[in-house]
Amino acid sequence: MNRRGADERGMPTRLAEGRPGSGAVRALGGVGSDVGAPPRLAEGRPGSGAVRALGGVGSDVGAPPRLAEERPGYAGAVRALGGVGGHVGAPHVEVDARSITGKAARPERHVPLVVVGAGPAGVAAAVEAARAGVEVLLVDEHPVDNDMMAMDVPLYFGGRMQPAVRNRSLMLERVVESNPALAAAAEAGVDVQVGTYVWAAFVPGPTFRELDGPLLGLADERRSWLVGYERLIVAAGARDVVLGFPGWERAGVMGAHAAAALLTRYRALAARRMVVLGSGELGLRTAALAVEHGVEVAAVVEVADAVRGDAKAARALADAGVPILTSHTVREARGRTGEVESVVLVSVDGETKPIAGAEREIACDTVCLAVGLAPSVELLALAGARLRFSSGLGGWVPEIDGSMRTSAAGVFAAGDCAGVHEGWLADGDPARSQGRLAGLAAAESLGALRPAARSPLRASAAVPPAAGAQVHGHWRTWLRSLIHAGGWDVNICQCEEVTRRDLVETRPPRYLAWDSASMTARNVETLLRDGPINQDQIKRLTRAGMGPCQSRRCREQVGLLLAEATGTPAERIPLPTFRPPIRPLPLSVLWPADEPPAMREDWVSWFGIPTQFSPHWEAGMAIDEPTARGRLIVSEE
Amino acid sequence: MSEPAGAAVIIIGGGVTGLSAGWWLARAGVDVLVLERGIVGWEASGRNGGGATHVYSPFGLEEQRLWPQMDDLLGYPTEYQPRRIGVALTEPQLALARRWAEIGEMRGFRWESLDRRQLKELVPIVGDNAIGGTYLHFGGHANPQRTVQAYAWALQDHGGRILQHTPVTGLTVRGGRVTAVETTRGPFGADTVVIAAGPQTGLFADMLGVALPLAPARVEMIATEPIPLMPTGGVAGNGLYGRQTLRGNLVYGGGPHEWVDVPDMAAPEHPNSPLVRNLARRLAELFPGAAHVRLIRSWGGVVENTPDGLPVIDRLSDPDNVVLATMSSVGFGLSPAAGRGISELVLHGRCLFADLAALALRRFADTPPDWRERAGWMGSDARLAETP
Repeated sequence: MNRRGADERGMPTRLAEGRPGSGAVRALGGVGSDVGAPPRLAEGRPGSGAVRALGGVGSDVGAPPRLAEERPGYAGAVRALGGVGGHVGAPHVEVDARSITGKAARPERHVPLVVVGAGPAGVAAAVEAARAGVEVLLVDEHPVDNDMMAMDVPLYFGGRMQPAVRNRSLMLERVVESNPALAAAAEAGVDVQVGTYVWAAFVPGPTFRELDGPLLGLADERRSWLVGYERLIVAAGARDVVLGFPGWERAGVMGAHAAAALLTRYRALAARRMVVLGSGELGLRTAALAVEHGVEVAAVVEVADAVRGDAKAARALADAGVPILTSHTVREARGRTGEVESVVLVSVDGETKPIAGAEREIACDTVCLAVGLAPSVELLALAGARLRFSSGLGGWVPEIDGSMRTSAAGVFAAGDCAGVHEGWLADGDPARSQGRLAGLAAAESLGALRPAARSPLRASAAVPPAAGAQVHGHWRTWLRSLIHAGGWDVNICQCEEVTRRDLVETRPPRYLAWDSASMTARNVETLLRDGPINQDQIKRLTRAGMGPCQSRRCREQVGLLLAEATGTPAERIPLPTFRPPIRPLPLSVLWPADEPPAMREDWVSWFGIPTQFSPHWEAGMAIDEPTARGRLIVSEE
Repeated sequence: MSEPAGAAVIIIGGGVTGLSAGWWLARAGVDVLVLERGIVGWEASGRNGGGATHVYSPFGLEEQRLWPQMDDLLGYPTEYQPRRIGVALTEPQLALARRWAEIGEMRGFRWESLDRRQLKELVPIVGDNAIGGTYLHFGGHANPQRTVQAYAWALQDHGGRILQHTPVTGLTVRGGRVTAVETTRGPFGADTVVIAAGPQTGLFADMLGVALPLAPARVEMIATEPIPLMPTGGVAGNGLYGRQTLRGNLVYGGGPHEWVDVPDMAAPEHPNSPLVRNLARRLAELFPGAAHVRLIRSWGGVVENTPDGLPVIDRLSDPDNVVLATMSSVGFGLSPAAGRGISELVLHGRCLFADLAALALRRFADTPPDWRERAGWMGSDARLAETP
């Protein structure tokens, strides 16, 4: 593993630090880098030894054990508490060496302010804080690596990426070039890191005390690390609301946000002829953007009986030869192989039911869902921000005050993740204003700025986010029309192959081959008799949402279907929990190279209580699980 | 809908221990009501490693006898799979794996040693760092979330009742008996009460003037995306417990716990910590062939432990109609048997199929009130408070 610029672990050394004023945008392994190709782990070959290259297996596992110290503590205490023999525990404070006490994770780096997301809001926040003299780290995950894109994470890419996305340095160039604000931010002294995922926030709480302060988990495609922060501004944006239909598993069905990212940031959208679903601002803008970039748009499809977006934009599309088909829904995406080759649309009546004989098939290679956007709140949830339901803002959004502060101390939200509605898509100003406010508020709270300096922004009408039209009713209309046109035996969760029918009948997965009258008698209605509908509970039973895409393609449509099937208002279905990692990352990437000896030396699989697993028929026979520190103790007293 | 204001047996706690007991009682035609503060199986019962290999326990033989039948008995799938493989990367790990196997052998079960070659045939993702292992012709694993719901539904199928979202707030004692259980929905009368409330079991015992020493702790697990199914999914080692699910995910836990305090009756928080990285490392060490596999999920849970880590399954003498039931953090696998044992304590005053003397509450009669401090089973806050 001897690469120029690599350390003894085979990891690339970091580029020259982006110190304030240096103007360097750090892209690990990318632009300006002198690091060679990243070390790739040999994949899937048992015993390949690749893991050893990371200083892992064989390095400290199996090290010669030191003799277990005769230390007072658990074993002594247990004996004093009525066990056999032994001595009274020493009067000083005992520590359970097998617990997390004293092993709190240490961050690799500590930054006063981290801003997550380098869109308009995030950049504005970072620059505002940097100008106030705060040390700021701005991270953005784009360019996302190809494997992640293939999983439709974090956007619904639908397999419509050109092969160029595998070229990491090219993608880094394009992402940086497409966002001139990044270079400006670096010039302003912001430490900018692109191609970096934020996969967790760790915040102390009543059951999580062994933590000096809040931490973020960061990663790139090679390794992960922890960053401590004083203030966090989350500007994570939004993602597409996904609704399924027959054939949506085919490559070519994707989301509008993903299409925009592939068109403008990556310049790598592999689409020639597209049908756009949705005629709100999102759909109209997506169609216009596609046309602008030379993608043929065969139609814009709308379930409602009128165009929902701006009339002028709709006319411009019509002039460009793009028909807008209102009162239509999707029956099926067809293709001989795993790719979309055409989409079958059908006219619907006033009850969103298909009109017999009113089908049309449109040749296309891409079906772009532009029905709606959901704020990306997973990091905010992990950071402890309380969320509330607002249909005018896209669903679950953080509770925030006039300074973009969330309910979590030191955590702010700005931009689409604080609430999104289509009326704002044309205008970047609300996001930027929110970002600036958050940046200033964070700076002020760090003592960097006097309150008077903030006043020009107070009058901004963008804060707190003003709700737009309620969207869930419209999304349910879409869903209803898709069910009428496509039926119940359509996958709602692609990862786990759970159909709409499976979901409302709370069926166990097909691979269990379970068939019983008692199971058949159970469904969401019977579940409802025992308590309010809970999406996490239904996830446990049906597996909907348990796949590698981390429910990005099904979370909203499952909620909508449950609401529809049980007559529950959308806001009454509790938010399904988010858990780390909020990006799917390989074990080898999450692998901590910086594991302290204390973590390994006293590692046991359960509590290390000698009597817990000892045979009950031989009292006093203790079994102590070995740790790297001590030998196996099997005592018979 | 109006409900009867009581039951012959009220079970406080809708986790796997209480539900199994309730199912056994309902099967026997007993009028049972389970009171659960949230959703059934929401806490440790639905968050554990699914292991079912506890032959060391007084419940162990019955555990082994029952699991292969549980799908049929319950009428719902548990995803139970028999047998276990222990993988060792070091000599001490191998000695421990053998110890578990030998305990099974003492109970009449069969096992075999595995060398590295045999291990690799059975577990394709182990690496050259594995030195050997064990193949147990006993034990196994199941899906905790599916199983706990199965108990609940089966209990209902037999005429038992479950009230979710019904926290218990108090116990009414008259004439040396608990006569009613107080809840947020009002009181429910009972002839017998089973308290199987996980970490809260001690709090309810307190209400009766009974000391049940329990220390709660937060633990964590991780889950990967699915990988091709191995012949035996119940494989673990390197300081990890867990399994490969029938879907193919690798689901494992282990490592340091955090001693906590849980608020009265409210659901504790179960965040994850940076330990997920250390778990990822342990898992990649155990299965180098899966080092590239992606972690997609993690979760935490809160479990409770007694001072010796062993259950308390006991019928009190005063009040004389109360059964206390805590499995001391090792409850899922033993639940089919523990539930039966609890039902027999209710119906017959003693367990008929096993001797539960080792699990009696009286063994803690002399446990000092500051036992947690003396054992060091405290979280950082509490420890700091103790430091002179």
